[in-house]
Amino acid sequence: MSTLVLAEHDNATLKPATLNAVAAAQALGADVDILVAGEGCGAVADAAASVAGVGKVLCADNAAYGHQLAENVSLLVADLGAGYDNVVAPATTSGKNIMPRVAALLDVGQISDIISVESADTFKRPIYAGNVIATVQSSDAKKVITVRTTAFDAVAAEGGSASVEAVDAVHDAGISSFVGEEMAVSDRPELTSASIVISGGRGMQNGENFAMLESVADKLGAAVGASRAAVDAGFVPNDMQVGQTGKIVAPDLYIAVGISGAIQHLAGMKDSKVIVAINKDEDAPIFQVADYGLVADLFNAVPELDSSL
Amino acid sequence: MKVLVAVKRVVDYNVKVRAKADGSDVDLNNVKMAINPFCEIAVEEAVRLKEAGTATEVVAVSIGDKACQEQIRTALALGADRGIQVETEGAVEPLVVAKLLKGVIEKEQPQLVILGKQSIDGDNNQTGQMLGALTNMAQGTFASEVAIDGDKVNVTREVDGGLQTVSLNLPAIVTTDLRLNEPRYASLPNIMKAKKKPLDVHTPADLGVEPKAHLTTLKVEPPAERQAGIMVESVEQLVDKLKNEAKVIS
Ligand SMILES: Cc1cc2nc3c(=O)[nH]c(=O)nc-3n(C[C@H](O)[C@H](O)[C@H](O)COP(=O)(O)OP(=O)(O)OC[C@H]3O[C@@H](n4cnc5c(N)ncnc54)[C@H](O)[C@@H]3O)c2cc1C
Ligand SMILES: Nc1ncnc2c1ncn2[C@@H]1O[C@H](COP(=O)(O)O)[C@@H](O)[C@H]1O
Repeated sequence: MSTLVLAEHDNATLKPATLNAVAAAQALGADVDILVAGEGCGAVADAAASVAGVGKVLCADNAAYGHQLAENVSLLVADLGAGYDNVVAPATTSGKNIMPRVAALLDVGQISDIISVESADTFKRPIYAGNVIATVQSSDAKKVITVRTTAFDAVAAEGGSASVEAVDAVHDAGISSFVGEEMAVSDRPELTSASIVISGGRGMQNGENFAMLESVADKLGAAVGASRAAVDAGFVPNDMQVGQTGKIVAPDLYIAVGISGAIQHLAGMKDSKVIVAINKDEDAPIFQVADYGLVADLFNAVPELDSSL
Repeated sequence: MKVLVAVKRVVDYNVKVRAKADGSDVDLNNVKMAINPFCEIAVEEAVRLKEAGTATEVVAVSIGDKACQEQIRTALALGADRGIQVETEGAVEPLVVAKLLKGVIEKEQPQLVILGKQSIDGDNNQTGQMLGALTNMAQGTFASEVAIDGDKVNVTREVDGGLQTVSLNLPAIVTTDLRLNEPRYASLPNIMKAKKKPLDVHTPADLGVEPKAHLTTLKVEPPAERQAGIMVESVEQLVDKLKNEAKVIS
């Protein structure tokens, strides 16, 4: 038995989500190899080779894979995946973009967003915005899986000494091309791997007021998130959205400020260890999942919190 | 340019779904059903392309039992021109949906196929991408902007780090994210008109597909309950609790 994990990276660094995916892959009980597909991604392959418990690293370095275009990368993964029992990727936007294509090329179903491995063919995954957990069994010979990274503790980034093999096969579907990107730049920790997250909702009233949350975040070493309402209203960019259809986070501490607690928002944060809610409405549903609730006007409470840290 | 839109019948997004006591399935008895919110956005985008003169016809497809005709009618009321139901018994998995949609595409030859990024019942986020692989079409998933440009389409995608724009050869597949547009409400006259718009029914056999199960649901259960929390009286008390009780800040 063997499992291939598709690495998440930006051609320069291996993203931590890969380490959670490797943990899930190891739970399948088979040998784990990592595929790094990219352009000028040698340093990433080297980093992948030091991940604990990895057999070998396949490095497909070609312009066709430079921007993780799903049309090209899926052909490569399906080609290499033919020799594996399982193909696994983190359920990031990149993994979600590529893996269903891989599954269809291999004519198997995909098991999305697993939160546990019960056995080599049986998994748990949240459905209906996490209101229910389904236990599902796959009847496909080959399993294509995406992993909810917050549900698996990352394996150590160091300690392994896998070999790196170059993959020469070039798959260029020639039907899509990269035009450009606008990536958020921030010195704060990344939302999905931060140990503390402070999020603002519609109650923040505008984008400028998020500076209050940023100030608290900087004192706590936290990431800043948001509800969809705050993103929709244009207060903050889309990459900050936490929820069913945004990012899934499970930090040690989640502070929800001016967020009502719609099921779609809860779906993205209710596995956090400790949840704090600050809301002026004592009936807000967010208080039902909060470990510590404070009924207060955020415009008083947040500055007070800031000065007491 | 013909645009095909895939619409799914799902539980209304306001409903908090529960598992049945015997854990065999979710309890959907007497629960409000609706068009998947992402599919509604897909219909809106297609209708806007038609209003802009870019699209000539908008065809709405749904796969499921007879009840999904209701969601096709919703799409028709929002401005789609005609509907296609592929009649299946109960729900089918994304790979089967994708194979059936491929069959419809072969008959209809659309230049653009718009789907939702995710159905809010199964939270799969698979069908559009699978359809892309099966038809060898390019995909612009999680789209927040779609711009037709001659024989290509530029799609701006919501990705983890921000936004990415790709250029795709037509025919292509787009899956919608929430910020692509804000769907209109269907007016009463349009709901009436929708009843008279054509709606064809196909079977999987017509499309040369035999539905197959890849996944079996063994059990559904509620997620782990969180322990009841407490209300604090002040910021001071909150900070004290976080430091000394929960020990999550220092
Ligand atoms: C298909 C679909 C997918 C969705 N996906 C997501 C998702 O991924 N993530 C997500 O978050 N949402 C998602 N939503 C939206 C979700 O349903 C809610 O609309 C949204 O979460 C509400 O955001 P909010 O809590 O910020 O706003 P509101 O519900 O408007 O709540 C604002 C809160 O702020 C409080 N408040 C206001 N002023 C103050 C003040 N001065 N001090 C203290 N408190 C104050 C109010 O009491 C209120 O509770 C989705 C919806 C759909 C249909
Ligand atoms: N039964 C169905 N009928 C029509 N469209 C569907 C069906 N299932 C999925 N889709 C389409 O695929 C999208 C993504 O669904 P999923 O892959 O299940 O998350 C939906 O938003 C629909 O556009």
